[in-house]
Amino acid sequence: MSHPAVDLSLLKPYLENVAHRGRTMLLPALHYAQSLYGWLPREVQVEISHALRVPQADIHGVIEFYTMLYNEPTAKKVIRVCEDSACSLGGCHELMQAIETQLGLRPGETAADGQITYEHVPCLGMCELAPAALNGERPAANLSPDAVPAFLEGRYPEAQGNSYGEPRHLLARVGKVDPTSLNDYRAHGGYIGLTNALQMTPEQVIEMAEKTGIVGRGGAMFPTGRKWRFTRGAPGTPAEKHIVINADESEPGTFKDRYLLEDDPFSVIEAATLAGYAVGAENGWIFVRGEYPRAFHRLTHAVEQARAAGYLGREIMGQPGFHFDIEVRLGAGAYICGEETALFEAIEGKRGFPRIKPPFPTTHGLFYQPTVINNVETMVAVLVAFNLGVEEWLKLGTAQSPGTKLFCLSGNIAKPGLYELPFGLTVREIIEMAGGVPGNKKVQAVLMGGAAGVFIGPDKLDTRLTYEDTRQANIPLGSGVIMVFDETADLRQAMYELARFFAHESCGKCFPCQLGTQRQLELLDHIAHNGGAKPTDKQTLLDVGFTMTETSLCGLGQTAASAIVSAIHLWPELVTAEG
Amino acid sequence: MSDTVTLTIDGREVTVPKEMTILDAAATIGIDIPVICYHPHLTANGLCRVCSVDAGWRVQAAACVTQVADGLKVETRSEDVCRGRKTILELLASTVNLEEAPEILALLEEYGADTERFAGSEKRTAPVYDDNPFYLRDYNQCINCWRCVQVCAEDAQYVFALSYDGRGFHTQIGTFMGDGMMDTTCVFCGQCVGACPTGALKPKRQALLEQGYDPDSIFEQTRRKRRPQNKAE
Repeated sequence: MSHPAVDLSLLKPYLENVAHRGRTMLLPALHYAQSLYGWLPREVQVEISHALRVPQADIHGVIEFYTMLYNEPTAKKVIRVCEDSACSLGGCHELMQAIETQLGLRPGETAADGQITYEHVPCLGMCELAPAALNGERPAANLSPDAVPAFLEGRYPEAQGNSYGEPRHLLARVGKVDPTSLNDYRAHGGYIGLTNALQMTPEQVIEMAEKTGIVGRGGAMFPTGRKWRFTRGAPGTPAEKHIVINADESEPGTFKDRYLLEDDPFSVIEAATLAGYAVGAENGWIFVRGEYPRAFHRLTHAVEQARAAGYLGREIMGQPGFHFDIEVRLGAGAYICGEETALFEAIEGKRGFPRIKPPFPTTHGLFYQPTVINNVETMVAVLVAFNLGVEEWLKLGTAQSPGTKLFCLSGNIAKPGLYELPFGLTVREIIEMAGGVPGNKKVQAVLMGGAAGVFIGPDKLDTRLTYEDTRQANIPLGSGVIMVFDETADLRQAMYELARFFAHESCGKCFPCQLGTQRQLELLDHIAHNGGAKPTDKQTLLDVGFTMTETSLCGLGQTAASAIVSAIHLWPELVTAEG
Repeated sequence: MSDTVTLTIDGREVTVPKEMTILDAAATIGIDIPVICYHPHLTANGLCRVCSVDAGWRVQAAACVTQVADGLKVETRSEDVCRGRKTILELLASTVNLEEAPEILALLEEYGADTERFAGSEKRTAPVYDDNPFYLRDYNQCINCWRCVQVCAEDAQYVFALSYDGRGFHTQIGTFMGDGMMDTTCVFCGQCVGACPTGALKPKRQALLEQGYDPDSIFEQTRRKRRPQNKAE
């Protein structure tokens, strides 16, 4: 392998600036180096190893872990086409064929002139805009094969979201404010919540957060106020405590946080600052998935503006002793980093292996220090409840599920998009609100909660979407995903695609998940594409699913079979009949 | 507060120090919970999950990394526990060559694992690396227990010669850019070879003896001239 000599002088000034921070700068340094060279040649890795004092083997391990980091020649411009569930329903296979024909490349290949690399990738978080793709950092929506030339040349319009719903509280500013302008944010009610909170004691703020009844909206449903209280009470000074915003939204079907990150980034920053005040934590972090470059740039810009205006830094808004700042971090292609402890590992410059819990993040989080980690929507919901007043917030939704929730509608539906709705509507009502199934077709199945959720059949469409109703019906609300499959959809293909996603995203730490996701994929590949099911397949899939669910180390493995097992119970013929 | 807790394991009450793991607590009353990745001298990472037991929680608990608690009721061999254990063993047997891992072979037998259940599925393969005079690396036999990486790093030697290639099913133990061991930071302390439970790491001398070479010819094959002489050549 030969390539032109690498000019390390381009990289050295950056490394000199960040060297004192050591290993936590590893992912940023690798991203920066890759922006210079297109990939990460050996001498670049050695240079980073010396500067950050990270063993070379560990750098290798990190690059090998994250799919958006390359240790072999790769073009600076990468075309990434989503291959997951919603995009598959939306026609990504025709799109892929058109791109392959035009480029003359197979997935994973780089053009001979080194100018372009082509990849099929897991969910890009644009399910409502299917089929979706990235040209470098530029997202593209609803790509038809005809649009391929424009897309490849960068002439295709940049993707814009579709958001709906009533009343709009979390999405109040989405589409209405200039996401690059702090002044515009303030003109639309920004920083009123924080101003009010600073009139209260941190203890009072936590009490209010508890009263909102808000629970984690990433899927785990842990009461947010309680999490804040635990972290506030953990031993440690504010300089040793962290607020981490989990913006690593990567689960097929899920795209809600993207709207807040891209279109209202200051609200995320204000919400984190509010949490910092309540918890007594000075360090804020926002970890954004690598496939959301636009969100990363807007957040980075917003953080700089907020800092310049005194909304971040020392003595925020003149409040004596209140210090808080935010660092925005970019992931590099690993769904597992949405698992909170794996996310910490990524910020610390390691492979995104989830940790054993307990201990929990509230006492042993980022850098093993007390940490609040909340999903983007969760954090913003608390801020919204503050702005609205807890009384008003509690009037929305139901008694046990107060407030509004963001629902991600995708698949075979007339108006896919992000819907902000109060808790309590039924699945059917929401599907009808989104225009129903196109072409007068019937609903065959709905994937609820996300790839880690469950399928339901038409008989469950009248389930009300509240925490209490879904718990009783054994349907995870998860991250609010509602993906519709019409009567013509191939559910075997859908099961195969979910299995492929989890096999691709298993970190490889614990045995049941690393081995089970692979075997689950192989069995479903055979069933969907190679002659149907063998008589033993159903039991084998159920045993593998049971084992992953019961014995895996983290939430990924514990839910990697959830949707598939649910489909087997609903439609056993999918994995028993031949052909 | 008391320094001990009382729990029930397989119907038997036991009182142990409160920081003990379920694995160790069970051992005090002669209950043997199977383990694969666990090694008493190394950091337990709960990787193989073969030690998973039913502690009455949402999902099973890995006994090697789960602390005991007062009043806990643990089942180490319930039907569900054995179902998971057997399946993990079957998955492992379909992936890796376990011929030289007698402890795992015994578990396969004990739990009635069907080693042909996933016949024809992808195995995790790699070339056999014979790149230094001290040991061979045959990752076809590697179960990813991490012991070698751990002893090479913070659990013992602080040499950091080993890390990982790939991710998920395709994770393998690797070196910086795939370099041979002579080009890494390896100091040939041999601790990784000693910690390996499956024969994936094997002393070269042992391998050659197994192939029928006599000690004199092995000495000829594996000795290296001292470095200054090498340079002079």
